[in-house]
Amino acid sequence: MTQALAKNERYQAQFKGIVDGSSPEWLDGLRRQGMKDFSSLGFPTARRGNENWKYTNINAIANAEFDIAPASDVTLEGLKQSAPWDDDWTTLVFVNGRYSADLSNPSTDASVTVGSISELTRSNGNILESHLTSIAPTANDGFAALNTAFVQDGAFVHVAEGVDLETPLHLLFVSTANETPFITHPRVLVVAGKESNATIIESYVGVGEGKYFSNVVSEIILEAGAQVDHYRLLDESDEAYHVGVARVSQGDDSSFSSAAFYNNVRLGRHDLLVTIGDGCETKLAGLYITTGRQHVDNFINLDHTKPNSTSRLFYKGILADRSRAVFGGTVYVRDGAIKTDSLQSDKNLLLSPDAEIDSKPALFIWADDVKCGHGATAGNIDRDTLFYMRSRGIELEEASRLLIYGFAAEIVETVKLKSLSDHLERIFLDSLPRYSFEF
Amino acid sequence: MLEIKDLHVSIDETEILKGINLSVKAGEVHAIMGPNGSGKSTLANIIVGRPGYTVTRGEVIFEGQNIMQMFPEDRAKEGIFLAMQYPVELAGVRTWQFLKASVDALRKHRGEDQFSVRQFDRLLDEKRQIMQIGEDLIRRSVNEGYSGGEKKRNEILQLLLLNPKLALLDETDSGLDIDALRIVAEGVNTFKNSDNAVLLVTHYQRILNYITPDYVHVLLDGRIARSGGKELAEELEDKGYEWIIKDVAAAAS
Repeated sequence: MTQALAKNERYQAQFKGIVDGSSPEWLDGLRRQGMKDFSSLGFPTARRGNENWKYTNINAIANAEFDIAPASDVTLEGLKQSAPWDDDWTTLVFVNGRYSADLSNPSTDASVTVGSISELTRSNGNILESHLTSIAPTANDGFAALNTAFVQDGAFVHVAEGVDLETPLHLLFVSTANETPFITHPRVLVVAGKESNATIIESYVGVGEGKYFSNVVSEIILEAGAQVDHYRLLDESDEAYHVGVARVSQGDDSSFSSAAFYNNVRLGRHDLLVTIGDGCETKLAGLYITTGRQHVDNFINLDHTKPNSTSRLFYKGILADRSRAVFGGTVYVRDGAIKTDSLQSDKNLLLSPDAEIDSKPALFIWADDVKCGHGATAGNIDRDTLFYMRSRGIELEEASRLLIYGFAAEIVETVKLKSLSDHLERIFLDSLPRYSFEF
Repeated sequence: MLEIKDLHVSIDETEILKGINLSVKAGEVHAIMGPNGSGKSTLANIIVGRPGYTVTRGEVIFEGQNIMQMFPEDRAKEGIFLAMQYPVELAGVRTWQFLKASVDALRKHRGEDQFSVRQFDRLLDEKRQIMQIGEDLIRRSVNEGYSGGEKKRNEILQLLLLNPKLALLDETDSGLDIDALRIVAEGVNTFKNSDNAVLLVTHYQRILNYITPDYVHVLLDGRIARSGGKELAEELEDKGYEWIIKDVAAAAS
């Protein structure tokens, strides 16, 4: 028996405790299907001939022996220190995968349903059943399959048709690392009804030290004319692994705008696919800052299935030390998706000769009359720039700090929520990596 | 204030400066003129410590100390400033932030407290008005999307804010229309006093109509071919550099 199969048996054994008859049959059905699909798919450890995983080695995840995450507690004060927070937001807090009613600040607004999936299966079973796994199927993705097998708590958001939700919704997943490696399976399902409007923040935050694995699946469904502003923050513990499978489905005339921030993780992968309808607008911004031996992989795919949509992808990376980042993914313009207007850009700032970026955005176009462009750059701070600043008395370290911040600020400034941008400024600015080239 | 002795400088093994001797005292304005490629910019840049040059012989003494081994930021702190020929664009770094970081760095060196935002804005507003730089420009990234004239005015704004002992101006006049040239000259004249000195590098005599030099030096092929008063610049305006080139050639043969 191979090592990988032995690990799968470990998940099989853990799975026995999940399907205990307390959930509706449809949910247990999804879980069983997830386990079955995971058993046959496993983790994508083979990289040869597998373009999607060419630059990211997940053996550390596949070979680890993760326990089911233990119940744990964090204080509200501690949470406010380590995560973005605003008392005025609607906040759902999950600690080690478990919904914490004590730490959460649920909505009193009747036009929105927000809560943990396991609790809402009773009151909102129909809508959950019709949407859960609808855009993140288990059949072709081992991570999504494993997550689905272990779906329990998790965040469910349903914004009713035509509702303009002014209060941002914060879905905060906290992991409390310790000496025993564990796995969590956070799940997010957002259904934004027709012509509705919402702001959603997904945060994955680690406290403490030790290995754990956040195996996340997010499904965000925008019905026709919906508008969702989405933020995603990754600030896990130093030794944490994080794989996020995110699927977004945009109905006609909808608008999805997302900004993703990566501050800390040992090995992180964000696999985002946005499927775009007619007359949509899609804006994806991202900022990753990697230090030490961190590895961050962004695999971002945009699928223009219908005409008249505009997509903009603008990611930036700052890489220090021996860290590595991967930027991959493809913009697809399907047959008939005329008048598609798409631009992708990934810019990287390398602060050390040992840092590495593998950036290869791609385009596949089957339609005529489209406007598409993409580009990737990687460079370091040039000598003339540093000299200019130093000639004004600014020390090398401060000069590079200002430049690195300036590079990052362009993305941070896209954040429209003050509490979130304050938090980002704090976590990014307090620990901006340093420039380590010989001058 | 500044003593340059037998200075030889190379870039990639090619000798650019071939023995420069120059003495600048407080209260003086010196103009360094010369055709393209004569080494004018190299001279200005070597004094502020731009990397990429090799000093093969000679020394540069500023206020009694040899500065050739000092970092650019330390030279700035000692009071040397260069208004650059090609000011660099700093993406994402706001001009306000950049200016304050510079002023604070020099204040810290002098053992003074950092300016509060209010104190700094007061100083900045005063200097901005001299240079006719609007508030909107200060909020943008440094030199990004600035016109040629705005970049040069921004350089002189920095001169006024940092108030160095020795100001080097590298072709600050090039590419300026007459109005911008007047503003730039006015900034330099506001700066100038009996305790500081200006070394003005230029190809053209034009700016010297607004900033009166005490001495004019003509640089040819890495050497000072001729020095004189401001009338030398006027002579150059009439006769061009050819006249001195021929003179030098005749003297050499």
